[in-house]
Amino acid sequence: MTRGGSGSLPRYILQRILLVIPMIWVILTLVFFVLRVAPGDPVSAALGGKLDQQALDQRREALGFNRPLIAQYWDYLSSVVHLDFGTTFSDNQPVLHVIRDNGGATLTLTVAAFVIALVVGIPLGLLAGRYRDSVPDAGIRLFGILTYAAPVFFVGFLMQYYVAEPLGLPTSGDASPITVFEVQPKTHILLVDAFLSGNTDAMQDVLKHLVLPAVTLGLLVCGVFIRLVRVNMLQTMQTDYVEAAEARGVKRRNVTWRHGFRNALVPVITVIGLQFALLLSGAVLTESTFNWPGLGQKLVQYINNRDYGAVQGIITFFAIAVVVISVLVDIVNALIDPRVRY
Amino acid sequence: MRRLVSVLGKPFTETTGLARWMLVAGVAITALFLVFAIFAPWLAPYGFAQSSSHGVEFPKAGAPSHAHPFGTDRLFFDVLSRVIWGARTALEVVILSILFCVVLGVPLGIVSGFYGGWLDRILVLVMDALYAFPSFLLAIVVSFLLVNVYGGSVIAVSLSLTVVYIPQYYRVVRNTTLSAKEATYIEAARAMGARDIRIMRKYLFGNVIQSVPVLGTLNAADAILTLAGLGFLGLGIQSTEAAEWGHDLNRALADAGSGVWWTGLYPGLAIVFLVIGLTLVGEGLNETLNPTLRRRRLLPVVMPPRTATTSIPEEQS
Repeated sequence: MTRGGSGSLPRYILQRILLVIPMIWVILTLVFFVLRVAPGDPVSAALGGKLDQQALDQRREALGFNRPLIAQYWDYLSSVVHLDFGTTFSDNQPVLHVIRDNGGATLTLTVAAFVIALVVGIPLGLLAGRYRDSVPDAGIRLFGILTYAAPVFFVGFLMQYYVAEPLGLPTSGDASPITVFEVQPKTHILLVDAFLSGNTDAMQDVLKHLVLPAVTLGLLVCGVFIRLVRVNMLQTMQTDYVEAAEARGVKRRNVTWRHGFRNALVPVITVIGLQFALLLSGAVLTESTFNWPGLGQKLVQYINNRDYGAVQGIITFFAIAVVVISVLVDIVNALIDPRVRY
Repeated sequence: MRRLVSVLGKPFTETTGLARWMLVAGVAITALFLVFAIFAPWLAPYGFAQSSSHGVEFPKAGAPSHAHPFGTDRLFFDVLSRVIWGARTALEVVILSILFCVVLGVPLGIVSGFYGGWLDRILVLVMDALYAFPSFLLAIVVSFLLVNVYGGSVIAVSLSLTVVYIPQYYRVVRNTTLSAKEATYIEAARAMGARDIRIMRKYLFGNVIQSVPVLGTLNAADAILTLAGLGFLGLGIQSTEAAEWGHDLNRALADAGSGVWWTGLYPGLAIVFLVIGLTLVGEGLNETLNPTLRRRRLLPVVMPPRTATTSIPEEQS
């Protein structure tokens, strides 16, 4: 493993982190130039008609739009290094505050959806892969394709029409006003705050609001897991060691469990990192469907307000989050599977 | 011609049972939507933004009836017509974005792979960054900019999809070019004194272009979903410009609470069916072309009949 020192874990982690810095830099540069080079003046796009000419000029000066592009680029990069994502134009708030106030809701939604996707997707995928070309396999594959093919907002529409009403579940927001009023904000994550407050009504209310959005988003991602786990299972069951185990006369059930399932699950960890991007995209749509007060819905709102500052800040944050998470997953992966550390 | 038929028929002849059935179903569904798209003006009972016919106003959010089998929406439009016209919008956007990808991605990939050097490095870095970016967010940002400037048109949306998918075309073409440029026929062309531009156009282009149809098929389903997602967020095509399923669903969402289901159900089903069709085609091709998953149909082995006279002597001993 430590041949020539190139396979050691700390070295791998360091390499991975050093490689990611230029990547983030390129992404930031793209975000900046794409949003700045675009025709049209951001300040008047966001505030035109709301403020007079003098106030617009003042705002432009305050935001540094009258300075050369390269100076603005430098400012942008150095402020991102200090974790400052700029200010929104339309309501003049630090983007970091927007992230703090709305990020919790997005985090709650994505984590809940992820858990649902894993709990539903992995067993179904294993089952389909184990009994290839049987009736359950066909059914599960069809289900997997359906979850992929149905856009989250369509599933959300169906949920709102066919599920929410009979079960009396709420379809909008993450809590009723009374809960928001009663629960003390401590962590900016409403679910955690509600549990910390010990108020049973608030807990119930928050969970009820979470069910439909989380299931909707979870179904989207679970299709990916079904397909992935199934294919892995198929490939694992064809490997030499499974054949060898069968030849040694190991019971069929033991072969499936100990040699098949366990090895088929290893790549899932890798894919979890890749799915984060899908989850984020799905979250933007789910939040808009269920009026969920998360970062994605906020982004869409700012887009509709033509607020370049907010869009730039939130997109920067998302991009960095995705890259950082992919690195973390790679590191975890290297910890688990030594083959990864080349 | 015969060769083409045998190539196209390969996925069908080499699969069995479920895999073949899925492929056939996928092709049938996709073909149905193609027919919708091409013959929309004749198949759809009304125009996509038509709110009256022969001087009679359509009902507002009218339930499905004889005159409007899928009902009408809140803008007085006929839902069936919009579902059919939506197929045309989807097809237009997908074809345009693939076209843009080919026109931009293939030359970039060839030049980048052929010359290498700093241009290649920069392009790889930029394309990798685009690819690492969550694709839907990228589409949102690009269409935000384009819609601001050009308005929500088919071209603007196609361009936003192009930005999402171009890294894949670039990568495939660049890598194919890298391996192809070492081939003997390129060396021969160079020895005969062919200029770089001629080598790229005459010798490389024909060889790298072959991977494009596969990529196009694989991305088409995803592109339909991205298009619908943009439409749903109001960043895509406006209702009066073209019929777009995602945008129709956005408007239908408000109806879910008031018992109006037909405005959302039918456009949603259209998306689901088209994506399923395209996915089945892609997955069917994958199962036949990917050697790790392939299960070829085996010809039955016919053993010669065993009789007393042909029995092998060793067997008795």
